[in-house]
Amino acid sequence: MLKATVLAALGLLSAGAALAEEGEIPLLQAETDIGNTDSLQRGARNFMNDCSGCHSLKYLRFSRMAADLKIPEAEVSKNLIFNSAKIFEEINTAMPADSADWFGKPPPDLSLMARERGTNYLYSYLHGFYQDKTRPWGVNNLYLASTAMPHVLFYRQGLQKPVYKNEKDGNGNAKMVLAGAEPMIPGSMKPEEYDQYVRDIVNFLDYAAEPIKETRQTMGIFVMLFLLVFFVFAYLLKKEYWKDVH
Amino acid sequence: MAAAPESAGTGKGFIGWIDQRFPLTKLWKDHVAEYYAPKNFNFWYFFGALSLLVLVNQLVTGIFLTMSYKPSAVEAFASIEYIMRDVEWGWLIRYMHTTGASAFFIVVYLHMFRALLYGSHRKPRELVWIFGCLIFLLLMAEAFMGYVLPWGNMSYWGAQVIVSLFSSLPVIGSTLVEWIRGDYNIADPTLNRFFALHVAALPLALVFLVIAHIMALHEVGSNNPDGIDIKKYKDADGHPLDGIPFHPYYTVKDLLGTAGFLLIFAAVIFFAPNFFGLFLESPNFEPANPLQTPPDITPVWYFTPFYAMLRAIPSAFGTQVWGVMVMGAAVFVLFFVPWLDRSPVRSIRYKGPIYKVMLALFSIAFICLAVCGMKPPSGIYPILARICTAIYFAFFLLMPWYTRMDSVKPEPERVTGHA
Repeated sequence: MLKATVLAALGLLSAGAALAEEGEIPLLQAETDIGNTDSLQRGARNFMNDCSGCHSLKYLRFSRMAADLKIPEAEVSKNLIFNSAKIFEEINTAMPADSADWFGKPPPDLSLMARERGTNYLYSYLHGFYQDKTRPWGVNNLYLASTAMPHVLFYRQGLQKPVYKNEKDGNGNAKMVLAGAEPMIPGSMKPEEYDQYVRDIVNFLDYAAEPIKETRQTMGIFVMLFLLVFFVFAYLLKKEYWKDVH
Repeated sequence: MAAAPESAGTGKGFIGWIDQRFPLTKLWKDHVAEYYAPKNFNFWYFFGALSLLVLVNQLVTGIFLTMSYKPSAVEAFASIEYIMRDVEWGWLIRYMHTTGASAFFIVVYLHMFRALLYGSHRKPRELVWIFGCLIFLLLMAEAFMGYVLPWGNMSYWGAQVIVSLFSSLPVIGSTLVEWIRGDYNIADPTLNRFFALHVAALPLALVFLVIAHIMALHEVGSNNPDGIDIKKYKDADGHPLDGIPFHPYYTVKDLLGTAGFLLIFAAVIFFAPNFFGLFLESPNFEPANPLQTPPDITPVWYFTPFYAMLRAIPSAFGTQVWGVMVMGAAVFVLFFVPWLDRSPVRSIRYKGPIYKVMLALFSIAFICLAVCGMKPPSGIYPILARICTAIYFAFFLLMPWYTRMDSVKPEPERVTGHA
């Protein structure tokens, strides 16, 4: 009975998942690795150079980042802090309060964005800008329609143009649907270089969203090993005591 | 010097000194060392002890969270991140608490299901069951208010939806909602009072009810998978022949259950604390925003069966109160189960095929409702939710008839086997 119940529920769940994916452009796979300190260090550099002008990481301190990413504090102060912040302060931006007027909305804090939207989304979003002259900044995004953000990494990625495909709508009429984007103007980076550049940023944001993540997982292995041993001894203890129950 | 009352202990030493003033040894014997439990408890009987374990986990981790959490609309969200990042071991304490909340409902649902399997609610254990239902009701309130405290966007909108349910009540509705919120909107006063209820009032009531639940159980003795009375056959000392002292037999067995539970619990805490967006939902990593709803407002997984029932009922006569009433009835009906079950036997082992089919349908319906409650109400889900709501209530409301009609097998005189 239990088995049937579980199977029925699983069937329903997977049917629901298939339904939800229809009609959206599938996300790219970020393939980040929180254990790759080199990648995190590059990501921190990329973030400070290209993102931190507008986006804060208000729940992450420079000193915490320095310690976790194994970057000497002096190095951080010298090369990664671009404002008057002290090493023990949070990563804030110099954006004034009225920046909402510039973009339509203030650039969001990115401390928790990797946990809110997921790394694949962030990786896809930074790949998803395409030319759209109807938008204020001349670009739109495949993964966030009508995004308020300009294509800041334009000079690295270059500019893409949208690709459409024909589909029938509910009434059988043909309509154009956005299907993806293809390169139009090349940037300073080759596509693989850009992929890695973005991957490092996303990896860093994944770290920033939960600085303890790697420690937690490493520690988890030892906790599980301890509990397995504990389980074995608890089993032997139970067996010993229950010998005389007939 | 007055003589000690006759019931007081006569022991020597420090324990003796206490026993003459407080029934320490007596309590220990009555509830642990000489509480005779049936020897044939199986897997399903772990979940009572595990519920207690999770309750203690929630109380202890909750106390430490309270030390760093700020119950204010301006500071709450940031204080959670402060706990996650700056408080030593704060991340572990918080994950234990958030995972514990979901674990609580898992073990309690399985604990309740056990009662439906083996008729643990039947005479003379009606009060055990009723105290249990009250615990479940309070647990739902406790979990709901705790869910609001991080002040994430889903917390906020979840509170908005659930609290506004009361506005569907006729006449007093809108005034009542205003009174609950303490404001014209979900706002700082709401957060403050939910905090007070979550950390003081409800845990206190929960602990008292758990004590009453256990005292009522120990007064009448535990049921068992055979659903038969073990007190019929006693040895020369007056102990049931099929009973064994809770300590050490079930303390060591529950220790094993605890180890098994902790393996799963720790795996979630250390490797998947979000649990695929079910235990910690992604919109809750964004601070509460009264101007923007999350893409879909759904309650946490453990409320979704009841939420699905709420949505399954269409509004009629210009009010949506019917859905609210059905949702309330879904919990309320549980209280009557001891009197709805008219089968001459307690355990599913000796009940007939009708009960087995009904319980299987009920279980499938409950899980389907949980899925429906997580999905947007489109496609097959609204219809599925209505069918499952009907099955949910049919299981309880038709019980007096089908349990009497059902064939039964003869119960054994003594319990069969032990695990």
